[in-house]
Amino acid sequence: MKLDSMYQEVILDHYKHPHGRGLRDGDAEVHHVNPTCGDEITLRVKYDGTTVEDVSYEGQGCSISQASASVLNELLVGKDLSDAQQIQETFLELMQSKGRIEPDDAMEEVLEDAVAFAGVSKYPARVKCALLSWMAWKDATAQALGGADAERKTA
Amino acid sequence: MTQLPGLLDVEAIRKDFPILDRQVHDGQKLVYLDNAATSQKPRQVLDALSEYYERYNANVHRGVHVLAEEATALYEGARDKVAAFINAPSRDEVIFTKNASESLNLVANMLGWADEPYRVDAETEIVITEMEHHSNIVPWQLLAQRTGAKLKWFGLTDDGRLDLSNIDEIITEKTKIVSFVLVSNILGTVNPVEAIVRRAQEVGALVCIDASQAAPHMPLDVQALQADFVAFTGHKMCGPTGIGVLWGRQELLEDLPPFLGGGEMIETVSMHSSTYAPAPHKFEAGTPPIAQAVGLGAAIDYLNSIGMDKILAHEHALTEYAVRKLNEVPDLRIIGPTTAEDRGAAISFTLGDIHPHDVGQVLDEQGIAVRVGHHCARPVCLRYGIPATTRASFYLYSTPAEIDALVEGLEHVRNFFG
Repeated sequence: MKLDSMYQEVILDHYKHPHGRGLRDGDAEVHHVNPTCGDEITLRVKYDGTTVEDVSYEGQGCSISQASASVLNELLVGKDLSDAQQIQETFLELMQSKGRIEPDDAMEEVLEDAVAFAGVSKYPARVKCALLSWMAWKDATAQALGGADAERKTA
Repeated sequence: MTQLPGLLDVEAIRKDFPILDRQVHDGQKLVYLDNAATSQKPRQVLDALSEYYERYNANVHRGVHVLAEEATALYEGARDKVAAFINAPSRDEVIFTKNASESLNLVANMLGWADEPYRVDAETEIVITEMEHHSNIVPWQLLAQRTGAKLKWFGLTDDGRLDLSNIDEIITEKTKIVSFVLVSNILGTVNPVEAIVRRAQEVGALVCIDASQAAPHMPLDVQALQADFVAFTGHKMCGPTGIGVLWGRQELLEDLPPFLGGGEMIETVSMHSSTYAPAPHKFEAGTPPIAQAVGLGAAIDYLNSIGMDKILAHEHALTEYAVRKLNEVPDLRIIGPTTAEDRGAAISFTLGDIHPHDVGQVLDEQGIAVRVGHHCARPVCLRYGIPATTRASFYLYSTPAEIDALVEGLEHVRNFFG
């Protein structure tokens, strides 16, 4: 069944048992919404130099958006900013691939659990759900570390 | 097949709608339950559109050649059909727009630029309700921001109806306009027009009714409503997209200023100033949606051939059945009236804590098309403390079997996320 390609076990696990959920201290906070469906996230980032010390979040939304935020927390916390940015860009590339990218070993190494979202990229209406927290993180990071090129809402 | 009293001969009707034979997702039969978003189009409307372009296409009101005259006759003929459909006292009260949103924006802008006694300004108040579609919220917010007028709201009761208990405090001598929805697109509620109109008339306020979810589903009589403006859209009533209607009382349309300027809406133009054509043309600047108006006329012919009272009875029977079946689904909570009384055929619900996006996705996989989200009525979601809903909405071609399919589909959703 095609649905299983979207709702991978990994995604449902993250949805039911989210990592790092809840708002904690941060250097910057952003609130992003997906106006087409009402998904919302409030996200804070905390940096220790160029190390992602914490990404905390609170929000409401579908399994895809919630699981994606959980995966983001798991992947980015503890990473150096440049590595985190590479992960973010790779995830963005995968999500914008319209299902045409079959993740290879190299991609899997970068994205870990996040490769499970490959199937979501086939559903245009759901790509924004998967990207909501990642765009919020990018925005919050820009604000925390200078803010000059802080981006506004994703959608 | 389940037989309910009041049902139309759906088998015959469905033959008129080619799209209903479509299969989706590798052979799943399409179950289209997103009619509050847009209706499907019968062959009769599709034929009218292609016939217009194949035989009559020309610009209207501008030429002396055969095609221009025929196209004009068709376009104006569609206006006659709309006028008769809503029992308008005069065809000149029917303004074609591109959709209901444009119709409502037009009213807000007429009042914003009007002179006394219609003028909306900092001393006056605008009244809407918490169950409005964004298209009947944002134009009034814009008007309020631009004029300094105060925007007031009717709240909602827990069971999804308008709370009119404080109607005398909400609608006051300061109220210039009361704008509200006849049938809610998210709750399905049919609102008590008479009580609101009576109070508005007491204080001399104008009344604007958003009939987008009413015109497709029940007989609509603008004279019985006693409103000053009534807005609706064509694509929800078997017509094409790109055509909407604003009905307004003649003396108001004569008094109120135009909003959009351009060709067609003028009498004479000089470099110094212009004078305007009489209504409805005063409010139809530029080349109008001609084919779309013709298509709407064909849709009205189609609906009339079945009978709006029969369509209403059909949908009422389906709604009763759907409410009963949905109330049996574990963890399902209907947002809006939980009976079919004073209720249209759009039913919103939540299913446990499964997000509506996920509900809609799993239903789609089974060929069932519903709407998920806040349905352009976010204040309603906030009022009931929910992020979004899943909405199933029916029309003249919907069947009890499709409701059964929905209920089965929801069972599958619960298993999938359970």
